[in-house]
Amino acid sequence: MTLRRLFTLLLVALQLSACGQSAPEQKSLARPKGGAPAYGDALITGSIGEPNTLIPLLASDSASHEVAGLVYNGLVRYDKNLKLEGDLARSWEVSPDGLTITFHLRPGVKWHDGKEFTSRDVLYTYRVTVDPKTPTAYSEDFKQVKKAEALDTYTFQVSYDKPFAPALASWGIAILPAHLLEGKDITKSPLARSPIGTGPYTFKEWIPGQKLALEANPAYWEGRPYLDRFVYRIIPDNSTMYMELKAGGIDTMGLSPVQYQRQTNTPEFLARFNKYRYPASAYTYLGYNLRLPLFKDRRVRQAISHAINKEEIIQGVLLGMGQIAHGPYKPGTWAYKPQVADPEYNPAKAQQLLKEAGFVMGPDGILAKDGKPFSFTIMTNQGNDQRMKCAQIIQRRLKRVGIDVKIRVMEWASFLTNFIDKGKFEAVLLGWTIGQDPDLYDVWHSSKTEPKELNFIGFKNAEVDRLLIEGRGTFDQEQRKRCYWGIQDILAQEQPYTFLYVPDALPAVASRFQGIEPAPAGIMYNLIKWYVPEAEQQH
Amino acid sequence: MANYLIKRIAMLFPLLLGITLITFTVIHLAPGEPVEMQTAMSPKVSAASRARLREFYGLDKPLHVQYLRWLGHLAHLDFGRSFAPDNRPVTDKIVERIPITLSLNVIALILEFGLAIPIGILAAVRRDSLLDRGISVFVFVGFAVPTFWLALLCMYFFGVKFSWLPISGIHSLGYEKFSAAGRVWDLAKHLVLPISIATFGSLAGLSRYMRSTMLEVLSQDYITTARAKGLQERVVIFKHALKNALLPVITLLGFSLPGLIGGSVIFETIFAIPGMGQLFYQGVMARDYPLVMGILVIGACLTLVGNLLADLCYAVADPRIRHGRS
Amino acid sequence: MSEPGRGPFQEFWRRFTANRFAVAALCIIVALFVLSVCASFLTPYDPDAIDAWHVLLPPSAAHFFGTDELGRDVFTRVVYGARVSLKVGFVAVGIAVAIGTVVGLVSGYYGGWVDTVLMRLVDIMLCFPTFFLILAVIAMLEPSIWYIMVIIGLTGWMGVARLVRAEVLSLKSRDFVSAARVLGASDRRIIFRHILPNALSPVLVSATLGVAGAILTESALSFLGIGVQPPTPSWGNILTSGKDYIEFAWWLSLFPGLAILVTVLSYNLVGEGIRDALDPRKQQ
Repeated sequence: MTLRRLFTLLLVALQLSACGQSAPEQKSLARPKGGAPAYGDALITGSIGEPNTLIPLLASDSASHEVAGLVYNGLVRYDKNLKLEGDLARSWEVSPDGLTITFHLRPGVKWHDGKEFTSRDVLYTYRVTVDPKTPTAYSEDFKQVKKAEALDTYTFQVSYDKPFAPALASWGIAILPAHLLEGKDITKSPLARSPIGTGPYTFKEWIPGQKLALEANPAYWEGRPYLDRFVYRIIPDNSTMYMELKAGGIDTMGLSPVQYQRQTNTPEFLARFNKYRYPASAYTYLGYNLRLPLFKDRRVRQAISHAINKEEIIQGVLLGMGQIAHGPYKPGTWAYKPQVADPEYNPAKAQQLLKEAGFVMGPDGILAKDGKPFSFTIMTNQGNDQRMKCAQIIQRRLKRVGIDVKIRVMEWASFLTNFIDKGKFEAVLLGWTIGQDPDLYDVWHSSKTEPKELNFIGFKNAEVDRLLIEGRGTFDQEQRKRCYWGIQDILAQEQPYTFLYVPDALPAVASRFQGIEPAPAGIMYNLIKWYVPEAEQQH
Repeated sequence: MANYLIKRIAMLFPLLLGITLITFTVIHLAPGEPVEMQTAMSPKVSAASRARLREFYGLDKPLHVQYLRWLGHLAHLDFGRSFAPDNRPVTDKIVERIPITLSLNVIALILEFGLAIPIGILAAVRRDSLLDRGISVFVFVGFAVPTFWLALLCMYFFGVKFSWLPISGIHSLGYEKFSAAGRVWDLAKHLVLPISIATFGSLAGLSRYMRSTMLEVLSQDYITTARAKGLQERVVIFKHALKNALLPVITLLGFSLPGLIGGSVIFETIFAIPGMGQLFYQGVMARDYPLVMGILVIGACLTLVGNLLADLCYAVADPRIRHGRS
Repeated sequence: MSEPGRGPFQEFWRRFTANRFAVAALCIIVALFVLSVCASFLTPYDPDAIDAWHVLLPPSAAHFFGTDELGRDVFTRVVYGARVSLKVGFVAVGIAVAIGTVVGLVSGYYGGWVDTVLMRLVDIMLCFPTFFLILAVIAMLEPSIWYIMVIIGLTGWMGVARLVRAEVLSLKSRDFVSAARVLGASDRRIIFRHILPNALSPVLVSATLGVAGAILTESALSFLGIGVQPPTPSWGNILTSGKDYIEFAWWLSLFPGLAILVTVLSYNLVGEGIRDALDPRKQQ
């Protein structure tokens, strides 16, 4: 999942596969119908956007990862309780100094084209990931590797120079078929449109703009999935998608808070669908471009945070179904520090700080410094209704203290390339997924501020740098915890982001699907065990 | 006739040139240069491929050279490669999407003419009556209601509430297994809503135009003469007036096309129809310049062809034009 | 042209008022103007006042049209939205009419190669699906209300140009223009004093319909997320924000939807009323 952590500043609201820590809530009126597990039927889901590429190494959008996640496997994965377990690796050993990991691969696993999966594939995946010619956002963790070698067909060994805490988890990266890619240009590979993996589902067809279909892999090493097909329909409009759900055109979607709380509590809906609710592993934030003189002043950032009422945002945007974010970790996890001293809602204090920073109120109700009005633009991505609402609430609050805010919505790809990567933005309203490993080197370290890197706001703090390196360089959880708690204290003081909220994931699934077991990992982790009793099969 | 045809086709070239020129200008309004955009997409693009891109667009050359170079590529129907991550040739992406958009619009166009003409005639014959006013309110309501709102309402009522029609897309799941008749029926059910809404929205212009040409014809002397001769009103209208009133309507055929194609952005987004409008919207939002330029040029050319066909029909119907207006 | 004792305007007005639909539509348009001008007197609320604890409330005595997804008063937003939507309509059409009139006058009056070039330009512009052009330009620049008005105007002048040109051609040969020329009037004087006033009526009709079209275009742009940007309310963006709740918070889409429908319909009916009233064939 480290790889998901990275570039997927996801459209979180649309994602099902979010993970949770506390016990999920389930709502349904459907009689527990029981019925024996049976093969057959299809799960149809909808997506606003079309996947870009089905080679996960090259993908940076959630749609691509969602589909590719069913086609490929990693060496390790997180189980339902968010503990690492073997996937393509049957087992592994970590040397006593923590510097070497030896993976014992599962024998007899076949690629969908019938070739056997071996250590050669793993070695290839490593090499192509660190190849400077490969346009991928996921190479950072693998650059720490000192040596990677295939000891024999089923044994793969990597060693690191110094202890690297996220090492094991990083091998959750999707393993690619060497026999189809080696010696070829991966960016031109046909696998991008018809992938061949080792996963529970095999690729069937992709009709651009309409749908993408996967079929159960009968030879899957964990056993054939019950559901014969997984269909991914492309429905570009949110309202249309919800109507499709109600009309039975799709079986599952992530509900919006309004849909969850106000539109779907009818007996009719609850008889046909099960609703789930659990904290998503993601947070939304307002980030400032620290290279701009305006936001260089810490008091200004603190003032903005003081002026924003996070309670109001959670109420207005999530109808209360979420938690306030105080830092980059999920409440309840060991890396999360409760009660950090971040700015509370206090407009008077905001005004005080702005005054100290040299701003005076102009006649038009807008603050100004040296004759320049305090005005900036918040950019956010298109298609995320929650962020749009959030931006409007912030706009309103900041206007109260005399800050003029404009909002601009951009399409994702062009947002990244034209604005984020070039540093051409003032403030952004975005989200990060929260990985299981607390290492946040990529997002906060001062060396990661180049174009295309993730510390795009240009945050540079020597103490944070030190703590990040210390934190990823040890396996001792207590020591790591001290590091990350320290980082949270500094972030609370510095406010390079105003951390806003951790939303709840709110998926709904048609009630004919059985075998769903909500767990800290969410609901999608055991998709291959979902089934529809024979009598209720529809497709 | 051949002379007329040749003259008419020769006139297409300056228009085509103008279309490309305007498209080129529109795209260059946007800040930033295309290569910068594409290389930014993949930071690790090699210097060689960057050079290839610059070569393709001739970006180091002055604007007029860039334009001519682009025109050269167009002559070979080469619109370049999409900036989207799939990096496919723009021509391929557009070609696979044209049939659905075009057929939807042609069906809507046929329905539009089939309905608007009788409605217009009726309104003209019963001029200023309550029926005439009623018709005008009806067709203007179709024009005035925001299409996406009407579409969502129809989807909700016909799709969710009564479950009569499918909501979006163009095929049901399992379409591959249907019989030929089943497939047609399935497709038809999916297209009922988008086509009827598109048709409803476009009735106003044509039916009002039909009404006024019909009125004009009815006020001509020969109609008065026919009436004076004691011919039945029905004969007067259908035999004498209609033929002449219909002629100018033909030319509208071609001009209806751009409006319909423009509207397809909304329809295709809301009904999840994988056509050119949807592709264009995605391209515009992602700043996929080659794709946007490609669709603008092709969209305009479709209209050009539509106009040509309409003019030819007109020429066939009206001999005065064929032989040069004199 | 008209009966003795009556000016041409009275004659026009008599014929216009004979069409009751058009008169009703005109009343609606006037009422809307009054409404949008007096917006701040009509409602105690601030159109941008967010109330996160009272989102999507159904219509009540406190909120005639209910509240929206951020707890703002929908009635207030619809009333203020009238201002924005009408402004978009009028400015866009103003631009279109200005360009179209100039092009049509120049083209028709001078004829020759000027005419040929300008009319080819009109033909070319008419080939583009207008909405594609608007979409491309606005999405690539940025969706501000000014860009929206200007671009709609820049892509909507061709019809006016053709109308004006046709009118000029027919007027040019008429006696009073030839007389003016013989008397040594300058081109500019002939165009502005003699031809333009006579060409105004078809332009008026076309402008009325243009306002309706521009309001619809703005709402379509809003649906695609590039219309008038928040917090400024326009009918288009209120309607768009209501589209997700069409069955349950119907008030959020119904009122702005009706506002657009009724307004556009009224402009069309008035436009048609004017056309009919000016139609020489209808003179008894």
